[in-house]
Amino acid sequence: MSWLSPTIVASLIAMLQAVVILLGAVLLGAVMTVVERRLLGLWQDRYGPNRVGPFGSLQLIADMIKIFFKEDWIPPFADRTLFVLAPVIAMASLLLSFMIIPITPGWGVADLNIGLLFFLAMAGINVYAVLFGGWSSSNKYALIGAMRASAQTLSYEVFMGLALMGVVAMTGSFNMREIVNAQEGLWFVIPQFFGFCTFLIAGIAVTHRHPFDQPEAEQELADGYHIEYSSMKFGMFFIGEYVGMVLVSALIVTLFFGGWHGPLLPPIVWFALKTGAFLVFFVLLRASLPRPRYDRVMSFGWKFCLPLTLINLLVTGAVILIADPL
Amino acid sequence: MEIAFYLSGLIAVLATLGVITNTNPVHALLYLIVSLISVALVFFALGAPFAGALEVIVYAGAIMVLFVFVVMMLNLGDQGAAQEKAWLRPRIWLGPSLLAAVLLVTLIATLWSGDAGRMISGEVLTAKAVGSLLFGPWLMVVELGAMLLLAALVTASHVGRVASPDKPEVNAESGARKEAS
Repeated sequence: MSWLSPTIVASLIAMLQAVVILLGAVLLGAVMTVVERRLLGLWQDRYGPNRVGPFGSLQLIADMIKIFFKEDWIPPFADRTLFVLAPVIAMASLLLSFMIIPITPGWGVADLNIGLLFFLAMAGINVYAVLFGGWSSSNKYALIGAMRASAQTLSYEVFMGLALMGVVAMTGSFNMREIVNAQEGLWFVIPQFFGFCTFLIAGIAVTHRHPFDQPEAEQELADGYHIEYSSMKFGMFFIGEYVGMVLVSALIVTLFFGGWHGPLLPPIVWFALKTGAFLVFFVLLRASLPRPRYDRVMSFGWKFCLPLTLINLLVTGAVILIADPL
Repeated sequence: MEIAFYLSGLIAVLATLGVITNTNPVHALLYLIVSLISVALVFFALGAPFAGALEVIVYAGAIMVLFVFVVMMLNLGDQGAAQEKAWLRPRIWLGPSLLAAVLLVTLIATLWSGDAGRMISGEVLTAKAVGSLLFGPWLMVVELGAMLLLAALVTASHVGRVASPDKPEVNAESGARKEAS
């Protein structure tokens, strides 16, 4: 076994880690589709899907069989290239973002020194999935949904980046591992509380989760930008939404809640517990909040959240300078 | 790194050619996005990941989205494609491309006479290095840029302002659209 040199072993382990994280993210996204419906049922005082298997636990498999065997129909009036490309962008850009998340001290795919910026770049690319999907469908509802989604995502991405800059200023680095290590004594949620609040709002808006799901509001737009999609193409948009939810939860945990840090339990358990708590929180938001009007969503973003993040960044900078003059 | 540089450079050139020759405006914009992303990869290959990431965030992620947005709103359809085809006749593009070819020859000649032995390499520039350079020797340029952007912001908010509530000729719907755009 002479070819099994330490470097090859190390790179094989790294590849295996990457594949496990990728599959874990997709599977968690898929499981969340069922968990969400069960939780919504619980909170809204109805049953939810409880027929397939014990306590509805096999619902996911039933859904997957259904979605895989449906006819994959591309409308004749659609723009084929973009129609096929859109769900690929939706899924890939979110999955790529998992690359920068350090799960435990030993687990993680890439240790980029521009870590956070990579996530922001991928979030920027993700807008095209909705835009192209909506336009290539040649459908009025899809187009209106795409327009709403892109305007909403653009506005909320502006202060999403600004909300994170407080964390970056306190750490002095974009690197995710350094950000986690800087939170060993005190989680950033306390000094960066407003940054956390605005990032949470922006994260929900960017993943088009309820109450920011105007792009796909059923009552007004039928189903928004993916109305013409069927079978696995729709499945990719659908799972992509949940993968985005998992991603935002994992990012909030990494950036504001100390990542893997925590007493007694091993790091992986702490990370999973915190991420799970935020996933449940997202579902609770959907179960309890009504959907605001679209123009109010926009003005809330620009007139309230953007100034708040700017003030937060200003105060953070001033505090850092006072505490540690150059 | 060298392979990555040349590969992404090649993709950038091919994608930009696609922007020019494509007759469907949305497909042309897609090529332009690919071109911008490959330019970002060139930055990564040259050891400037900060510039590369900003290229993707600002150009591909924000400015191009607005371009695509506007083109989709206009919904040009087959007429637009026909017009583009008419503009791609040799009579129209031959003159400008001849002049551009002269510029290309000058550029290649300049590159040839320069230091041809230099390799594609360089130390990785961190965000901190870029920041201290921008707010050190180039502070004046940053301030001027900020003033320009402020002027643009004031102009945009003046042009797009909603009339006061006591003048009811602007209805609530157009107000919503102005906030959205």
